[in-house]
Amino acid sequence: MKQIKQTLIVLLVLCFSSAIAQQTPAPKQTKDIAIVGATAHIGNGKVIENSIIIIKDGKLLTVADAGIVKINITNMETINAEGKHVYPGFIVPNTTLGLVEIDAVRATDDDAEIGTYKPHIRSLIAYNAESKVVESMRPNGVLIGQITPRGGTISGTSSIVQFDAWNWEDAAIKVDDGIHVNWPNSFSRGRWWRGEDPGLKPNENYSKQVKELQDYLDQSKAYNNGDKKITNLPFEALKGIFDGSKKLYVNVDDEKGINDVINFKNKNGIKHMVIVGGYSAYKVADLLKQNNIPVLVQRLHKTPSNEDDDYDLPYKLAKLLTDKGVTVALESSGSMERMNARNLPFLAGTAVAHGVTKEQALQMITLNTAKILGIDDQYGSLEEGKSATLFISEGDALDMRTNVLTHAFIDGRDVSLESHQTKLWKRYSNKFKNQE
Amino acid sequence: MIRPYLTILTFLCCFSFYAQEYFPKNDGVVATNTNYTAFTNAKIYVTPTQVIENGTLLIKDGKVVATGTSVSIPKNTKIIDVSGKSIYPSFIDIYSDFGIKAPERDSGSGRSAQYEPSRSGYYWNDHVMPENKAIDRFSFDSKKASEYIKAGFGTLNAHIQDGIVRGSGMLVALDSEGTNANRILDDHSAQYFSFSKSVTSRQSYPSSIMGSMALLRQLYIDADWYAKGNSKTKDLSLEALNKNKSLIQIFAAGSRANLLRADKVGDEYGVQYVILGGGDEYERVNEVKNTNASLIIPINFPDAYDVENPFLASGLSLSDMRAWNQKPTNPKVLAENNIKFALTTHSLKSPKEFKSNLLKAIEYGLSEEKALESLTTIPAQLLGKQNTIGSLKNETYANFLITSGNIFDKKTTLYENWVLGQQNVIEDMTIKDIRGDYEFRLAGEDYKMSLKGELSKLKSEIISGDNTLGSKVSYSDNWVTISMTTKDSTKQEFVRIIANVDSDNNLRGTTTMPTGNEMSFYAKSLKKEDDTKSDDKKKSKDSTEKVFPVTFPNNAYGFTELPKAETLLFKNATVWTNEADGILENTDVLIKNGKIAKIGQNLSDNSAKVIDATGKHLTAGVIDEHSHIAAASINEGGQNSSAEVSIEDVVEPGDISIYRNLAGGVTSIQILHGSANPIGGRSAIIKLKWGESADNLIYDNSPKFIKFALGENVKQSNWSSYSRFPQTRMGVEQLYIDYFTRAKEYDALKKSGKPYRKDIELEVLAEILNKERFISCHSYVQSEINMLMKVAEKFNFNINTFTHILEGYKLADKMKEHGVGGSTFSDWWAYKYEVNDAIPYNAAIMHNQGVTVAINSDDGEMSRRLNQEAAKSVKYGGVSEEEAWKFVTLNPAKLLHIDDRVGSIKVGKDADVVLWTDHPLSIYAKAEKTIIEGVTYFDLKRDEMMRSKIQNEKSELINLMLQAKNKGLKTQPIKKKEKEFLHCDSMDNEHHEH
Repeated sequence: MKQIKQTLIVLLVLCFSSAIAQQTPAPKQTKDIAIVGATAHIGNGKVIENSIIIIKDGKLLTVADAGIVKINITNMETINAEGKHVYPGFIVPNTTLGLVEIDAVRATDDDAEIGTYKPHIRSLIAYNAESKVVESMRPNGVLIGQITPRGGTISGTSSIVQFDAWNWEDAAIKVDDGIHVNWPNSFSRGRWWRGEDPGLKPNENYSKQVKELQDYLDQSKAYNNGDKKITNLPFEALKGIFDGSKKLYVNVDDEKGINDVINFKNKNGIKHMVIVGGYSAYKVADLLKQNNIPVLVQRLHKTPSNEDDDYDLPYKLAKLLTDKGVTVALESSGSMERMNARNLPFLAGTAVAHGVTKEQALQMITLNTAKILGIDDQYGSLEEGKSATLFISEGDALDMRTNVLTHAFIDGRDVSLESHQTKLWKRYSNKFKNQE
Repeated sequence: MIRPYLTILTFLCCFSFYAQEYFPKNDGVVATNTNYTAFTNAKIYVTPTQVIENGTLLIKDGKVVATGTSVSIPKNTKIIDVSGKSIYPSFIDIYSDFGIKAPERDSGSGRSAQYEPSRSGYYWNDHVMPENKAIDRFSFDSKKASEYIKAGFGTLNAHIQDGIVRGSGMLVALDSEGTNANRILDDHSAQYFSFSKSVTSRQSYPSSIMGSMALLRQLYIDADWYAKGNSKTKDLSLEALNKNKSLIQIFAAGSRANLLRADKVGDEYGVQYVILGGGDEYERVNEVKNTNASLIIPINFPDAYDVENPFLASGLSLSDMRAWNQKPTNPKVLAENNIKFALTTHSLKSPKEFKSNLLKAIEYGLSEEKALESLTTIPAQLLGKQNTIGSLKNETYANFLITSGNIFDKKTTLYENWVLGQQNVIEDMTIKDIRGDYEFRLAGEDYKMSLKGELSKLKSEIISGDNTLGSKVSYSDNWVTISMTTKDSTKQEFVRIIANVDSDNNLRGTTTMPTGNEMSFYAKSLKKEDDTKSDDKKKSKDSTEKVFPVTFPNNAYGFTELPKAETLLFKNATVWTNEADGILENTDVLIKNGKIAKIGQNLSDNSAKVIDATGKHLTAGVIDEHSHIAAASINEGGQNSSAEVSIEDVVEPGDISIYRNLAGGVTSIQILHGSANPIGGRSAIIKLKWGESADNLIYDNSPKFIKFALGENVKQSNWSSYSRFPQTRMGVEQLYIDYFTRAKEYDALKKSGKPYRKDIELEVLAEILNKERFISCHSYVQSEINMLMKVAEKFNFNINTFTHILEGYKLADKMKEHGVGGSTFSDWWAYKYEVNDAIPYNAAIMHNQGVTVAINSDDGEMSRRLNQEAAKSVKYGGVSEEEAWKFVTLNPAKLLHIDDRVGSIKVGKDADVVLWTDHPLSIYAKAEKTIIEGVTYFDLKRDEMMRSKIQNEKSELINLMLQAKNKGLKTQPIKKKEKEFLHCDSMDNEHHEH
């Protein structure tokens, strides 16, 4: 602990002396980098205690046990990371980062277009790579995100970006990766303004709403099988979920809904489907496993949705699904989701407190996420040949006390860990220091 | 549906009892009737306890003349022999809106709230209408009256069910044939109150229950002041309230929690309300009993939920399921606790549903005698009308029921309901009971027939040989008509029978064959179906419904019995003392009599339960300076200042969030008023004693706090409201200066001994000036924070705490100088414009400048992880672990002025401690035991046990509900109970995003 404190002080001093503008994206890697001596958390469950990691041209050239593999690093930029930990960059799926700057200021809100069926709406072009909220992700190790539109029954098309870019084109890792659906709710609320009981009652229109969605899919399927003489933008946008080039993300929490969604997948021949939220998914876990459907588990830091539920039910959702063999990644949507996305590592930490191992939990914000999003060929783990998107932390990055970053790399670029917030921190720390 | 003969026949006798003697008569001669009517050979319930067998009831001019076994009957008496029948006083409902036109909702448009009253010459608040009189809006409703009459009611006390003070009611007899001249028994009977605003006005204040309570308090003060002649202006409302003082005061609380709140307000001003409850009084009956209030109790017992679909049923909460199971016991529990109550039809869809619910209450243990009292003598007595209604004593109104037997028996027929001596026939008394089995011969064939069901809705079953024939039957005036199909099922042919009942209950008449041939008909009566009765009784005795025990609180994870303080010895813990000793390894802590008794090595105590804490951490309980859980309302936003309201009035001890916070190691919280206005309401500082009453949660000798707020919320920037001052930060300053200036002048006047009008709001503000009450102020940007400190300094006091204080780091030096603490979020920002410069290093910077820093939640979820939020100060800004831990324990205790009792592990302090499975700042730590004053309120092991217990109880209840559905009982759709978190900007009955 003492050591961490000292490092912090050193860091602080270092920071004060640097006057570089924080928000400038890092340039391309020019020199090979060697990170030596760190405990490397690979992201696939494995750990290398005393590791050597070589980054070349933005890729991981070597990830090995330094005790076994000897490499000449004399011409490289060397980072001595003894006692420190290296992790793959954390990935936050299903986020609206960069689409909204300040929740309460409507002029800055671009996350939800009007309409019910709007698969053609694309998040990427609205993604603000220079958002102050986005840059605040990096100091916590969150380096990649799936930028996802909201609202309606079919919300639109997401894209995957990295968090250190000049603009959305630079940021894009995978363009138009998935379509996002809000499954009809089994419960609906009375319209209190019409004098109805505002409580939640079974949704009488559930079947009708599901049928509507089915009809919409049938129509777009028919369209895509046709000659398409006249273009239909929304139908066109759905093509990918039938040919497997896009994944279908379905937001659903209740048991019946999840069952119905599984049938929906099979009936419509949807190649890749992901359940998002999945509060009750643990009750349907066997079926999910059989059908090879992964789950982006809702923000673990939530209260139970039913009064009688175990107080820790939300905390242990990831554990319950993992035990049943379902592929799980963690997401963080919900109230104040953008600024909260930087707490993604601590959601994983919570999963550890409630039953999974640290490496399993890490997987849920790295490799599992990358697999689910379809970017695991390049991201999600510290495996040779993949992109060098990783960070070095003073200690255990899943625990807030020790999640203290010294370096972060995206595609081998040494990215800034500064932000609007660290600037203010220094500015006012200095003010008071100078008053003394 | 209603057959003609089912409707009530009121016999307008050949004379009228109530000819008004001084009215001119132009349609005939004046014919005065001085005759008597006697009902003889009846079982007469003069009162529920005074029963005459085989007695006579003698009435005249709408009143009872005499009852008894040897009543001398004058010669000019019409005698009605009712042998075998019973006579009861008819029922009274004192909570009704009978005949009162429902007030019309104000249809005013415009989105901005209305702050000014719509009236002049009355009280400043539109929702206070003591001047309203039910009689002014009354119009006798014959249709509704007939529903009540069929349900056994004779008199109702009606009032205008609208507003906080609703004015006076009226007592009306349900005499449809009379006129208002006789049926209005009292035009000024009882004064009614509620916590709900009038629908006729959009005036925004009060917007919460605590606001309604404050309004009533100020109203009583003002009424008294007005009565003493102090007002220079006219106030018709206050005059009416004072005039109505001598009436019975009835308060429509509508739930147990509000019942206690109403009683509290009444007690403060010497008013003992009669209170309309909610049917949930059984959950904490002792508290209800302690009010000494008489009650009016609804019996709208919930239907079983339709639980056939397990997916939907899983959304149902144990507490809602228990309500179905337990609510029918409410009247019994009240009676057993000697709480005086009247029953009401209020909240039933129709008086038709009254009897079945009443029988259910009796089935669940309410004695018949109590049931009758609660419908007759008690309501009469509550209204002060025991000499005229509610019994059949001499000189009371002749309001009575004639029944076939025990009125609380399902099989009993209510024949007649007499109101003011006027007969209302519900079922013909003279009709013979022809239910039973018969046999007859027709064209050489033998038939068997059985007649079942209610007399007015008979059902027939006719069998010949192996064939059951289609048949229909109807019965009135002792004539039965039957139509039945012939044996040849290929033909659509009918045999018609009409027959009269003879003295031996045989049926004699004529049969018309399909051919048109007529022949005589004779059906011999066989044995009566007497055995059905005893069958039913047996059944109901066997299947007495299982009632699940009430827990404290009465929902999942409640205690069957309240846990007690124990002597506990923690061995070998890592103890975070928060004192000079720092963090002690391998240390023992002894807890005794609710206090921390000893800290040291190798402690022992024979009486102690030893807890091995090896490898575990023992800390003081977490304290949340800024919470909004466990409260029924958070904001009184109806005005820009609401210092008069107090969260202490609206603490909700049953909130599941209490339990969940305990599971996060939280032991004390400050429930703050919201941030809807610059001057908010007073706080409640409570301990999370799960299961205890609201009052027992609140700290003894609690330090006094009030919430202030700055910035976007009080300016109403983020919602469409443009009419309330202030709309800018400039205005906020002036508002404070205005209020404090007036409070200062008020206080000076008060202290001078000269007469003054007591004003609760200014009293509270004067407490601040006198340093008796502390401010915790919601704040974000530095300009306004600085402003409030300067305003306080101008009035010679200090701000105690800035809560949220997200830009505290920009002026931490000024805060230190002023002496104010900062209670902040660990890392929240970007949710509104004024938090654009919020940084997670805020706590560290303020701490480094010497400000007392706390980390708070303002959120029922985050409060479960405050230990982790404190740990973020280690990450952001490098605060030491020991100091970071104080951010959620000792420092909030200091800010709340409770650090002499809690916040550290120190001998003599309250034993509010948490045993953690791991380093308490680590994300991997779980609270294993959370203890308050030596009582273990949360324990991981008990929690584990409760989980299976809850599942079992729910399964059993679901089974019972399925059984109920199979029995053909009504069900209702599932409803899903939600926990809606209240935040700073949450209003009662509204849904806001944070």
